[in-house]
Amino acid sequence: MLTDKAGQDAYKAPSPGISAENPRRTGGNLVQLISPEGERISHPEFDLWVSDVTDEQLCSLYEDMTVIRRIDAEATALQRQGELALWPPLLGQEASQIGSGRALRDDDFVFPSYRDNGVAYCRGVEPMDLVRAWRGNASSGWDPYRHNIATQQIIIGSQSLHATGYAMGIQHDGSDSVAVAFFGDGATSEGDVSEAMVFAASFQVPVVFICQNNHWAISEPVRIQSHIQIADRASGFGIPSMRVDGNDVLAVLAVTRIALDRARKGGGPTFIEAVTYRMGPHTTADDPTRYRDANELEDWAAKDPIARLKALLRTKGLLTEEVEAKTQAKADEVARNLRAGVINMPDPAPLDLFNHVYSTPNSWIERQKDHYSRYLESFSGSTQEGAL
Amino acid sequence: MSKLTFARAINAGLRKSLENDPKVVLMGEDIGALGGVFRVTDGLQKDFGKHRVVDTPLAESAIIGTAVGLAYRGYRPVCEIQFDGFIYPAFDQIVSQVAKMHYRTQGRVKMPITIRVPFGGGIGSPEHHSESPEAYFTHTSGLRVISVSNPQDAYTMIQQAIASDDPVLYFEPKRRYHDKGEVDETADLFTALSMEKARVVSPGSDVTLVAYGPLVKTASDAAMAASDEGISVEVIDLRSLAPIDFPAVEASVRKTGRLVITHEAAQSGGLGAEIAASITERCFNYLESAPVRITGFDIPYPYSKLEMHHLPDLDRILDGVDRALGRGNSLSGLEG
Repeated sequence: MLTDKAGQDAYKAPSPGISAENPRRTGGNLVQLISPEGERISHPEFDLWVSDVTDEQLCSLYEDMTVIRRIDAEATALQRQGELALWPPLLGQEASQIGSGRALRDDDFVFPSYRDNGVAYCRGVEPMDLVRAWRGNASSGWDPYRHNIATQQIIIGSQSLHATGYAMGIQHDGSDSVAVAFFGDGATSEGDVSEAMVFAASFQVPVVFICQNNHWAISEPVRIQSHIQIADRASGFGIPSMRVDGNDVLAVLAVTRIALDRARKGGGPTFIEAVTYRMGPHTTADDPTRYRDANELEDWAAKDPIARLKALLRTKGLLTEEVEAKTQAKADEVARNLRAGVINMPDPAPLDLFNHVYSTPNSWIERQKDHYSRYLESFSGSTQEGAL
Repeated sequence: MSKLTFARAINAGLRKSLENDPKVVLMGEDIGALGGVFRVTDGLQKDFGKHRVVDTPLAESAIIGTAVGLAYRGYRPVCEIQFDGFIYPAFDQIVSQVAKMHYRTQGRVKMPITIRVPFGGGIGSPEHHSESPEAYFTHTSGLRVISVSNPQDAYTMIQQAIASDDPVLYFEPKRRYHDKGEVDETADLFTALSMEKARVVSPGSDVTLVAYGPLVKTASDAAMAASDEGISVEVIDLRSLAPIDFPAVEASVRKTGRLVITHEAAQSGGLGAEIAASITERCFNYLESAPVRITGFDIPYPYSKLEMHHLPDLDRILDGVDRALGRGNSLSGLEG
């Protein structure tokens, strides 16, 4: 597994691309370090940022991506079987989420969208906690302060402001941690994302915006969201940006490290566009065959992020039977535990309805809770005294 | 005791909160060097610095949305919305994020955010500068909504709002900003009347008259005028609009048997409706007549030459008191 230490070591390297010293690079070419065929592409600027990644860590990235894809598949199956009310699959976005998620330091704070389960996994969120809200057992599954990741945001783009505000707090505290907002291409149409960039640039706060351009906002294609490359939008706010192949885990790791480093050194916000593809539906409630061409999916399947890393590992002779067996065993185990956890998840108690609306008692809610509990109590013993 | 204007009293309360808690941060448009368009934050940036009193870009959703992030980080942001009619771009952040974060996270993340809103009419402003949007927020669980009616309350309740671990919308009646009143700046915050409690402004026995914010003064004036006619009106300043201190209103109505409610906001779906319904449910058998509402009309806030017709004034309130008492009034003879 990649650790914070690995990231720290990389900071000692000269800082090409965007850095505290050189903040002006915007948009531009797609950063790529692994080709769709799995060949390692050498890049003088970005290689330095992943030069510390060992063979073992490459295998660990492969395991992360495989496991998160397996969690995604299992959750989708659980939804189809009626165990979850809904699920937003991340199929195809494993590299953009694992590459960025593994670049983070423990004390960085993430504000994710509902689809960023891979990022949450990197933060140590238990797989079962990823599905708690989708089963309808809670509004959210985990303690944000335990994992330094906010609960998943459903309102599109809202969390970009929360991350910016959190970064204002980091700046005020004089800390060198970073707030990171994850959102999709559709969110860039929302006013909140623009307002977040205005505030981030105005106050030069340590925030990284990671836009996973997965090409579709439910059924709306990115081309009707933006007439320019999304990464280029940031320059209008005075925020440098990078455009990275979001299906290339090494490239995503590199650019995220660059942006984090820049933020830690007081260089201010950075915008990353990770160009990827949502291979499944928006959620299990929609049907992408109604709105997109099968050929498009086929084209992107050829760029599959896991197959790509797997090919690289094979070329490097790292994809041993032992590695593959270990990876699959881990994925099997996680999926098995997830399924058992979901099926055995106890229902919440009725009066939990009223808990945590306020942090201090509220006379209106106390009264309603009291009345409803009396109503529920009126059923106790009704079977014995049942009129019928 | 010192004599302060309403605006200075809020300023003094903000200053005290900034002094007492380093986590308190003020944010808003023009609140720094200018001291806010109403000068409520006058001098605070000079004394506490640009990091404590933050002049923000002009973006209401961002002011509230970044406050959410700051609250996540352990700060207690106090946001100024420059005018009531400008709060709507921030509506989503207030009702979907600020209000729900504590519930959403099962109590793990607190949102001790105070949102100051200069509200209401009577100052001859153009469109969007005189609205009373409080009912939108009292309808949203997770928010506490208060409105102040006098300098002393303005001083203590802003501090109570900031000290609250729950988000508070603090509605300031802008047409009262220049009214002066005695303020005890040594008043202990926690022995002062809680912001959740209503207050009997003047006792009476014939009619209960409920008001808040800018109309408390108008209601008091109406009560004095009524007493000249031998009618004893008990005026209640609600102070808290969510939750409303119903036991206090109920106790008064059990005594007087009659209820008049007044607010500037439009009538339909307004707080008057909630108070009338709740009091009717709670003490129907004590009521001698149907509750009466004296409110703004169900119209967009009118241009300033007509606002005096829209805003409840002393005579319209007295007409309502007559209605509650079954005396001759403007609607006498009307069925239903």
